[in-house]
Amino acid sequence: MSDLNGLMAEFGSATDLVEAAKATHRSGYNDIEAYSPFPVHGLSEAIGFHKDRVGLICLIGGLVGMFTGFGLQYWVSTIAYPINIGGRPLNSWPAFVIVTFELTVLFGGLSAVGGMLFLNDLPRPHHPVFNVPQFERASQDRFFLCVFAADPKFDAPQTRRFLEGLKPISIAEVPE
Amino acid sequence: MSTQDIVLDREGLAEVPVIEPGHTLASVTEKISDIVLVRPLSIGWVAGFLACASLVGVLGVAVGYLFYKGTGIWGINIPVGWGFAIVNFVWWIGIGHAGTLISAILHLLRQSWRNSINRFAEAMTLFAVMCAGVFPLIHVGRPWLAYWLFPIPNTMGVWPQFRSPLLWDVFAVSTYATISAVFWYTGLIPDLATLRDRATTPIPRFIYGALALGWRGEARHWHRYESAYLLLAGLSTPLVLSVHTVVSFDFAISIMPGWHTTVFPPYFVAGAIYSGFAMVLILAIPVRAVYNLKDMITERHLENAAKVMLATGLIVAYGYILEIYMAWYSGPKSIDWFTVHNRFFGPYAGPYWALWICNIIIPQVLWIKSVRRSPFLLFLISLVVLAGMWLERFVIVILSLHRDFVPSSWGMYYPTKWDWATYFGTIGLFLMLIFLFVRVLPMISIFEIRMLLPEAEAKHK
Repeated sequence: MSDLNGLMAEFGSATDLVEAAKATHRSGYNDIEAYSPFPVHGLSEAIGFHKDRVGLICLIGGLVGMFTGFGLQYWVSTIAYPINIGGRPLNSWPAFVIVTFELTVLFGGLSAVGGMLFLNDLPRPHHPVFNVPQFERASQDRFFLCVFAADPKFDAPQTRRFLEGLKPISIAEVPE
Repeated sequence: MSTQDIVLDREGLAEVPVIEPGHTLASVTEKISDIVLVRPLSIGWVAGFLACASLVGVLGVAVGYLFYKGTGIWGINIPVGWGFAIVNFVWWIGIGHAGTLISAILHLLRQSWRNSINRFAEAMTLFAVMCAGVFPLIHVGRPWLAYWLFPIPNTMGVWPQFRSPLLWDVFAVSTYATISAVFWYTGLIPDLATLRDRATTPIPRFIYGALALGWRGEARHWHRYESAYLLLAGLSTPLVLSVHTVVSFDFAISIMPGWHTTVFPPYFVAGAIYSGFAMVLILAIPVRAVYNLKDMITERHLENAAKVMLATGLIVAYGYILEIYMAWYSGPKSIDWFTVHNRFFGPYAGPYWALWICNIIIPQVLWIKSVRRSPFLLFLISLVVLAGMWLERFVIVILSLHRDFVPSSWGMYYPTKWDWATYFGTIGLFLMLIFLFVRVLPMISIFEIRMLLPEAEAKHK
């Protein structure tokens, strides 16, 4: 068992993969993953993944950017380096709106992408699924479903029989 | 949302599809990635690349001599202190805007036809912003002090002036450059994984593999990826509108006649998109012919781009007419009237009327459908529009400055050979980067093209 990371079934179309993923999830497997060469609608829901936290991270990043932007300008203009220009107030906030906005967008955008990579556990150049020879087509034209050995319901011969019932093109063992 | 459905327009002609029928997941993957991985170097590519690289050499000489002698080698003087550097900066940054419009705004509007042109439009944005960025750095005169533009703690205890539009510009342009680069790279990650998996030799496999960050195409990954991409599109949309607005503030917030007008922000943004789409067409038309991509960049894309040009061109025309109207409304003794009169009949009347011909009059032929579907004519019109938009910036910068408030300080501006060398040098830099881009990265987004295929929809039983 220790040399087996999981079992991977290969499918020819997005429809087949979504159906297979639903069936696998329904029959009690939880540690499963589906792979596709483009985002397939309904696929992440089929494996039981509904909500991601990228939006929340982006919101927090944007708010941090907003307070950084305004705080920086307020501190520079009123405390660190106050200059009286034409008698205008030192905290001339309407003039600070633009830089505040730009830093909101900058921090928000960077945290959306950074958060996405972090939650996806990327960069990660090596992963057991790459050891399956067919898997190079996961980024091209094939669709894969993997049941990981860590799943409590996983039992190599029984899981293989189950996957065969889903009529895949091939089934491969994912080595450790 | 099958793209294979044939839609008839009012004249009963079949609409050109976004992607020609007959493609499969494997065929689009192979076709786009083979341009990078398999296609041998052609004489034409090498010749074009070397020609552009030699222009970059010209840029290097021009900038080197500028650093040695100072800005006196340019045609700038008093009263015309802002010359080609600002004209070219505004022109280049405007060209970049179409890329963000295509990738972000059309994504939010669910215009799926954009999927075949967004990648190289974003590359165009990035390279145009790089060319634009050259000018503010070299025109400050003392480029080794360029870090003064940023709020960096220093021993002098001096901080930038946050009430100045010029500083807003620093933040707007550097945010725009950063977010454009991140947006572009995020879009590339799945395609870099495709290149990694298709590469047959170890060095490309290693490089693309490292850049792909280990992308595996997991359903969870795609879910978060689409969230992040949508958020980036949502953030980039107000950002791109803000950038040229802030650039226009550099002018509009001053009290200079010809600059001090409230119509500048919308009219700058429209002009930016106008020139950007012209550049998209100038790049797309030869690229789709040379690399045989007419089945993915179809006449539909060209026609849509032409329609956007027509619409934004009319907004620009509205801006020009409003400037004249405001002068008339201010009365014949106003400085605004003098400014417009000087544009019509002054020493720079030639560039001013050339601007009307290039930007407003000639592009009206885009109302004709057969013109919008003719790649050759579109290419010519796009060149005319780019020249027109450059003239617009010339008219705004030079014509407003050369007549100062006191007639004794009136002057003329004549660009020198160093001005021209710097300008053509940045065009060389831009095209050289485009040449490199089409050979080392997939110029069409492969995974987004896959989504346009009918088999991409999972049918729910």
